[in-house]
Amino acid sequence: MSSARIETLKAYKNRIQGAYGSQLSTVAALIVLCLILSILTPRFLTTGNIISVLLQSSINSILALGMTFIIITGNIDLAVGSVAAFAGSITGFLMVNYGLNPFLGILLALSLGTLTGLISGLVITSIGIPAFIATLGSMSVWRGLALQFTGGSTSFGLPEIIKYLGQGYVGPIPVPVIITVIVYSIASFILGKTPFGLSTYAIGGNEQAAHLSGINVKSVKVKLFCLHGFLSGLGGLVLAGRLNSTMGVMATGYELDAIAAVVIGGTSMFGGEGIVWGTLVGAVLMGVLRNGLNLLHVSPYWQMVAIGLVIVFAVSVDSLRRSFDE
Amino acid sequence: MSDTASLEQTTDYILELKGISKRFQQTQALHNIDFDLIPGEVHALVGENGAGKSTLIKTISGAYHPDSGTIFFNGEQVVFDRPIAAQNRGISVVYQEFNLVPQLSVADNIFLRHQPVTGTFVKRLDKQYMMTRSREILKELGVHIDPKALVKNISVAYKQLVEIAKSLVWDCKVLILDEPTAVITTEETVLLFEIIRKLQQKGVSIIYISHRLEEIFKIADRITVFRDGEKITTLDVRRDPVTIDQLISHMVGRSLNEQYPPCKIPAGEELLKVESLGYGKLFHDISFSVHAGEILGISGLVGAGRTEVAKTLFGVTPGQEGRIWVNGREVSITSPEQAIGLGISLVPEDRKSEGLIQMFSIKNNLILASQKTYTRGGVFQPQMIIQKCQNMVKAMNIRTSGIEKQVSQLSGGNQQKVVIAKWLLAEAKIIIFDEPTRGIDVGAKVEVYRLMNELKKSGAAIIMISSELNEILGMSDRIMVMHEGTKSCELVNDQVSQETIMRHASGVREVTV
Repeated sequence: MSSARIETLKAYKNRIQGAYGSQLSTVAALIVLCLILSILTPRFLTTGNIISVLLQSSINSILALGMTFIIITGNIDLAVGSVAAFAGSITGFLMVNYGLNPFLGILLALSLGTLTGLISGLVITSIGIPAFIATLGSMSVWRGLALQFTGGSTSFGLPEIIKYLGQGYVGPIPVPVIITVIVYSIASFILGKTPFGLSTYAIGGNEQAAHLSGINVKSVKVKLFCLHGFLSGLGGLVLAGRLNSTMGVMATGYELDAIAAVVIGGTSMFGGEGIVWGTLVGAVLMGVLRNGLNLLHVSPYWQMVAIGLVIVFAVSVDSLRRSFDE
Repeated sequence: MSDTASLEQTTDYILELKGISKRFQQTQALHNIDFDLIPGEVHALVGENGAGKSTLIKTISGAYHPDSGTIFFNGEQVVFDRPIAAQNRGISVVYQEFNLVPQLSVADNIFLRHQPVTGTFVKRLDKQYMMTRSREILKELGVHIDPKALVKNISVAYKQLVEIAKSLVWDCKVLILDEPTAVITTEETVLLFEIIRKLQQKGVSIIYISHRLEEIFKIADRITVFRDGEKITTLDVRRDPVTIDQLISHMVGRSLNEQYPPCKIPAGEELLKVESLGYGKLFHDISFSVHAGEILGISGLVGAGRTEVAKTLFGVTPGQEGRIWVNGREVSITSPEQAIGLGISLVPEDRKSEGLIQMFSIKNNLILASQKTYTRGGVFQPQMIIQKCQNMVKAMNIRTSGIEKQVSQLSGGNQQKVVIAKWLLAEAKIIIFDEPTRGIDVGAKVEVYRLMNELKKSGAAIIMISSELNEILGMSDRIMVMHEGTKSCELVNDQVSQETIMRHASGVREVTV
């Protein structure tokens, strides 16, 4: 083989490792996990089971997508689960008890989600408090409002359209999986191919330098939080459809799953780095792990232990890899 | 000749390195280096960035372990495998970035490494001793710093002295100062030099690294020149004086007879005019104008308000007083975004934290200020970006293997060129350079100067803030001097002397007509 060709291949390899190194290790972990599970239980590697894993991962995937944007800017959002509940349960309550038109319902849920993002974004950028604190507060506020508005009740029997969002199929593919793929494709495009995406990375990489390069940091941040809120509302809708019911306590603790998926997917908590497909792999990896452990009849308590270990392990591998690179 | 002498007097050296080599993957950082240090001397290390100075001091201080070669301390062969091993022998380094805890007091910081304890059963910190000893050390240095003061509340120059004091707590034999004057003012440098001389008299040997050659001539007894990982020569400047030009030619391996390339062209139309510009207590009543094809130098001491003027013009700190005209049209500038739209740009003082996104590639840094111009229908056109960036890298002579390389891997000079190139892509017409050559090596400096001249020829108006008087005198067409937030004077750069500028900068006014 000519040396020029080898050089080209080397450069190509370096580029892939440089740009997607963190994601590569997650993909490798996912493959290894799938291999192990398919040996341990024959039921794992069946079409039906794979589809059900993807279905089970879809809500976390949608919630983690907005979180990826937020974490790339070096911020965090602890209110995702509460926002999903706020948007989902208020909409569900109105549809079930007051016969709200389901199309208006969808619009309402997405608007409520976006509104919460707008408020978070404005509070964070104009008052200048850290996102961690702002969303720690709003986590409680949105949950409280959801419970108060619905009176703590559960609303059963949602309109068909909403059920379709959570339970429908197009051919063999569940609708939530299709929604996931669509929103990820759009997000990936925005992050990779537009000035808005580059500005997002720039803010996470060095907010001051981004500001001094003429990027309107506040405006980008507010828009990102709106986008994130929109996706949280969407997640709440899909969840409502899956459960065919809504309640104020739905999606409790989902924020931690979302953050975990982002981190496992190789996005740096320090900001400036990360790609959305990594998050999708991270969310699926968590789904596969839960599914596999269920198939193996491992207790849910041990499952919690396993997920926790995977998070720490994933980040350790990534951090070792980085220090090795330097 | 001095090499043969050194073989005979090995034991007279406090520190002697023989045949030190160190390799990092592709780069031979140090190649067979011999280096020695006489007790009580100030030994300066000079060389362009990447010449091997930093690697050498890291080897001496135990941060790096050399691949080959031996180190003798006081005639005894030693191995510094960890920084603490070197510290225990009395070797300390004061790096450019200080290792101080801002929330703690001066005394706490001085004793950070070796905390004295007292008490028989319950060991506790001996605060009393820390205070008295800190006071003693600071008094010895001849500075008035309250040991109780919190480090975050004292000036940068004092922080540096606290770092030095930290080294003196234990018997200090060798003190390494890495670019100590990069962060302090001319006046503070005078104080630092006094302290260095005091330490010298006490027998402390000083290894002094600086890019500022003038000050090296003031303080150094011997100068060792590095280039590309090799030791070029050691000059005993007390015995055989050399000129700055000779030293520079040792450093770059060629003679730089035109450090400040002259460029006199007639000034064009007025691009920027400010009248009675002010911002709170930082500065007030600043008026000046800059024309196309002209460099206005702004001189003054650190803290005179120069950077603040630049940031105000660039919209970083909105809410200023006074009036601004760009291209003859009155404007009010409230954000960098808007300033860029008006053709104003700022090459900031702190390249690392303000100029560049270190984890970004060269390409992404380059397009940051002009993102929208590479889009069609809101979507980036990759081919266009690649082509523009590659052309820019070539035109600016940015030395890199490609535009996808992370800027953090470039040398300071090349990083600065990326910052400037970013503004050229944004089609800036009024460019403010804040300390454009700080921390970059001699060769790259000249390139930056050439670049400024080219911008000037292409009709840009340039404002250059600099603490280096030579740079101000070498590059400016007109010079504005600031003192404590006010404009002290404005001079046409024609037979202006350094003394004149210094006098205005320190607020001493002459009575002239």
